[in-house]
Amino acid sequence: MSALDWVTVTLLCGGGFFFLAGTLGLLRFPDAHARLHALTKADNLGLGLVVLGLVLQAPGPAVAAKLILTWLLALLASATSCYLIAGVSRGRREDASAPRDA
Amino acid sequence: MSAFLLYTLTSVALFSIGLYTLVVREHLLRKILALNVMGGAVFLFIVAIGYRNRGEAPDPISHAVVLTGIVVAVSITAFALALIRRLHAETGRTVLREEEGLE
Amino acid sequence: MLDSPLDPLLALGIIAVAWTSLSSRNLFTGVILFIVFGLLMSLAWVRLDAPDIALAEAAIGAGITGALLLDALGQIGSDGRERRRPPHLRWGAAAVGIAVAGLLTHAFTDLPRDAGGMTGAVAAALPESGVSHAVTAVLLNFRSYDTWLEVAVLLVAVIGVLSLRRGVGLSGPEPSGAADDPMLPGMARVLLPVMVLVGGYLLWRGTHAPGGAFQGGAVLGSAGVLLLLAGDRPFARLPGALFRGALMAGLAGFGLAALGLLASGRGFLALPPEHAGAIILAVEITVTLSIALTLTALFAGARQPDGTAAPDGSAGSHRP
Repeated sequence: MSALDWVTVTLLCGGGFFFLAGTLGLLRFPDAHARLHALTKADNLGLGLVVLGLVLQAPGPAVAAKLILTWLLALLASATSCYLIAGVSRGRREDASAPRDA
Repeated sequence: MSAFLLYTLTSVALFSIGLYTLVVREHLLRKILALNVMGGAVFLFIVAIGYRNRGEAPDPISHAVVLTGIVVAVSITAFALALIRRLHAETGRTVLREEEGLE
Repeated sequence: MLDSPLDPLLALGIIAVAWTSLSSRNLFTGVILFIVFGLLMSLAWVRLDAPDIALAEAAIGAGITGALLLDALGQIGSDGRERRRPPHLRWGAAAVGIAVAGLLTHAFTDLPRDAGGMTGAVAAALPESGVSHAVTAVLLNFRSYDTWLEVAVLLVAVIGVLSLRRGVGLSGPEPSGAADDPMLPGMARVLLPVMVLVGGYLLWRGTHAPGGAFQGGAVLGSAGVLLLLAGDRPFARLPGALFRGALMAGLAGFGLAALGLLASGRGFLALPPEHAGAIILAVEITVTLSIALTLTALFAGARQPDGTAAPDGSAGSHRP
């Protein structure tokens, strides 16, 4: 394997470590907000490292650009859904009649 | 073990799990999930049949059939969910009771 | 032989997630795990060299189906407790399940593995089909009749879902102000142009690479669902006749192509090689639009406008 491949492997392992950390947080943290914090931070960084590792292996700039676009879209979706879930969870905790979003 | 055998056995396991759930469990939404799992198992088998060794082109007919099947499955799920929701709105229940029939 | 430990792990994961999803008492957990099951199936499709199906499974199987299930849960509630079935039924069903598994395993392990299939035949006919991607050629040329009927199934489903609505038009009443939160509409504003672009890209790409009308239509349908979730009421602005016409467009496009070809002396849906590419693209465009609108209508049609099960038809705008 070339040096580039080793860099990719390192980045992928780093990304995997962050996914593992986020999953550990999901399983071990006591409430929804802490779990959301762990998940979104770890998964965004984890996905970013994985994408970076794959970009180094990409056969051309078009594929690399699509990979980075995938990461940005995942960031956007994950941040928004984190916000929405936190809002519903807070509404439940305050015992208000929170609307049930799909 | 070849990839074909592995995914075929997986599809058999999924099909049996789905079948058991469909028969034994009463909640209609759970039955829909079981039906979808069984459908996924059938698709997995069809694609596994069409799989050739890594590097060779797979059988496109398998893929076309499963693609059609996925769309049909979502149509069935959507209609079934509409029926369940209507049943719930009319009677407040999400199970079918044979003794009472459907009022 | 398996060339990676990923496949056994993936297979075990799929079975484990399916089992946990179907056996969980809380239906919300079950549905979320079902969405995970769909995503793991997407990975399985990639491992089996089926990228078209992976795209469709992720968008339709996990995405749209997940949205429909979650929306239904919002109405019927997540409590999945049931009566305990009598032991003879449970053990009998388990025995039947194991017997079915055994019979299937016996049948499948005896299958000849080098039966040939249609790969060679399709590859030989591919240059005349009008596209250069085998799956698209099969879907829209060699087996286009099946695809036409599949579009008809979608239409029947949406007719069924709309028929089960209780008197209120598809657009529902004015939102009560629950859409004050700018986050979801803001994200939708950013995401929707990207989704339209991706949908169109997938449609165009299907002629030469994995993609096609169903994947593109599913992404556009998801865009419609996102629009509805963000509080917009697109069906209020859509005239009823246009809505019904657009739902029919896929079926009609196919039908026109079929009858036109029949009238011009060739067979029913027998595409001539010199025009096949153009006909396929035209049909695919109508099918994509139809699928997108159908998926959005399937989602919108099942919702009660105020989120509850209230049956009254008093608060309604015009029926589409």
